[in-house]
Amino acid sequence: MAAPPAIELRGLTRRYGERAALEDVTLALPAGATLVVFGPNGAGKSTLLRVLATLLRPHAGLARVLGGELPRDGWSIRGRLGLLGHSPLLYGDLSARENLRFHARLHGVGEERIEELLTQVRLDARAADKVHTFSRGMVQRLAVCRAVLHGPELLLLDEPRANLDPSGAKLVEPLIGAASGATRVITSHDPAGGLAEADLALGLRFGRVELLSPAAAIDAERIGALYR
Amino acid sequence: MIDAVVALLRKELLLELRAPQAVPAMALFSITTLVVFHFALQRATVAGDLAAGVLMVTLLFASMLGIGRLFAADHEEGGLEAFLLAPVDRSALLFAKTTALFAFLVLLELIAVPAFAVLLLGPSPSAGALARLVVVLLLADAGIAIVGTLVGAIAVQTRARDLLVPLLGLPLLIPVVICAAKASAPLLAGGGAATLAARWPLVLGLYDLVFALLAYALFDYLVED
Amino acid sequence: MLYGTRLRALAIVTAVVLTGGFALAFFQAPMDADQGFMQKIFYLHVPMAMVALCGFVFGAYWAIRHLRSGDRGHDLRAYVAIHLSLILGAGVLITGSIWARASWGHWWVWDEPTLVSFLIVFLLYATYQPLRFSIEDPEKQARYASVFAIVAGAFVPLNFLAVRLAQAYTHPRVFASSTGGLPGSMKPAFYLCLLGMILLFATLWRYEMASKNTSMQLRSLRRKLGGEEALTPRGRTAAPTM
Repeated sequence: MAAPPAIELRGLTRRYGERAALEDVTLALPAGATLVVFGPNGAGKSTLLRVLATLLRPHAGLARVLGGELPRDGWSIRGRLGLLGHSPLLYGDLSARENLRFHARLHGVGEERIEELLTQVRLDARAADKVHTFSRGMVQRLAVCRAVLHGPELLLLDEPRANLDPSGAKLVEPLIGAASGATRVITSHDPAGGLAEADLALGLRFGRVELLSPAAAIDAERIGALYR
Repeated sequence: MIDAVVALLRKELLLELRAPQAVPAMALFSITTLVVFHFALQRATVAGDLAAGVLMVTLLFASMLGIGRLFAADHEEGGLEAFLLAPVDRSALLFAKTTALFAFLVLLELIAVPAFAVLLLGPSPSAGALARLVVVLLLADAGIAIVGTLVGAIAVQTRARDLLVPLLGLPLLIPVVICAAKASAPLLAGGGAATLAARWPLVLGLYDLVFALLAYALFDYLVED
Repeated sequence: MLYGTRLRALAIVTAVVLTGGFALAFFQAPMDADQGFMQKIFYLHVPMAMVALCGFVFGAYWAIRHLRSGDRGHDLRAYVAIHLSLILGAGVLITGSIWARASWGHWWVWDEPTLVSFLIVFLLYATYQPLRFSIEDPEKQARYASVFAIVAGAFVPLNFLAVRLAQAYTHPRVFASSTGGLPGSMKPAFYLCLLGMILLFATLWRYEMASKNTSMQLRSLRRKLGGEEALTPRGRTAAPTM
């Protein structure tokens, strides 16, 4: 028997006032696969991620994530997903360790995991320093730690490598890359790079699905056309 | 859920300790207000009704500052989302914020009330009067904390945050002012009558209860989208 | 739901009842020995106050329904109820002030607990529209406005209680400011005026609901026919949309 898809969307719509931020989005993503979402600014990529993260409720259509239907079952799936958005969701006046400790307590995760992660992204030396003293790359690495701290099955990543230099990107790769084993939804502005790690590619424009295809079946050219 | 409330509360108190915003501002504001009252009322001392009024107005206006800052750190850091992503009952945030604000108000009073006694209060209240005053203030603080959390949560999402806190908060807190002022007037009067009529703590308690229930019922609608 | 039907009939009935009520108040009702003719403003002031207070509670009711169902139509009803009550509330304060001047020689008195409570309630509800205006996202605006309407609605009785208690110990006063203790000769005029005020509220409510519904439908039709471009972009607004 085939395992149920990690994400199943049918006619998902989310409005903002009169405009549609997302309109009639339909797709299915198997567990363990990676969906990469392309599209110009304002296309609805971040909105899609936030709906999947249970932060926004769908206005119409069906959204089933990790077996739970939104918004009704948001409660049961929240602890199994991790969001890395534009905002790192860290308090500048607290230290790296204190920030992670706060998140760990909210998710019911033990403290050993904090130290493991800090070491893995090479922030252990600066763990006691306040986050507002960190560089953008360091903040992003810490944000990654925050997102994966509770071992989520589904990772929602909004331009995850945005502030990272190549060495930083390499450090976080095992946590949020394909090797992590999690189902992933990633937004990207890089057609070639994004396509390389995708199993399924979604192109959005003005909240609508412009293209939806297995990554193997299309090329970067086609993605680039979205932006014109 | 208790764990979540404790975790949130620790974070609030830790943040305030590290980057003190609410308490020092409220304390300083209240002392300055007392000085302004001296000049505005043109009196060296106040007693009875007037003393109760000056104290309550000072505390009330100072709390407006605290309420304004209550959700500010979260809003700046995109922080409420971190909480919303956790598998935690939304009411945990309500409890944590209300408790934190209550704590800040108590800290404020630990500074402002002695300052008031030194700067403006004429008669010296007896120990019994002081104890009753503490009861009145604690009940009033509970009311301010609950209403303040609600108002703060509403205002932080708007563009006119600093304006809306007093505009919404002050009318809603007038019953607290009425009861607290009426209750403390005899306690701050010279001549040592120092009685506390039962109705004022009762009405304050009723107010606190009603708003606590309202806040519990409505808070989810303010944080969920 | 069509609000525009029977609007004219309702408006005519309202006008008739109100005129009748005022006529009775002017001519038939007894002249007050102390306060003279100005006391007759009571027939305007008290019905307005009662209807306004009910209007605020009515608004809280629709706000509860809005939060429970997510149906923005309920938010529109709450908005209209509250903003009409606010206008009536302004009328209450003005007529109350005139009455105070006639009765006690001052434009404002703190002794009348109903009037004082009303002032506080008015100040609170006056922030309803600025609150709405300062939230851009229409969904969020509606949700927050509903929370406010419910809190404010629950506040009204609490506030009344607290103010009443505060007054009882300064100036005990017995006042025929509500229908408790209303002398028989005043009753017909008073009840007719009260009925007229209720009808006035109902008429204005239907009128405003019809107007708003129509403009929303018009906008929605324009969008269907011409697409997004056919619409003039709507700026920020405090009124519920869509």
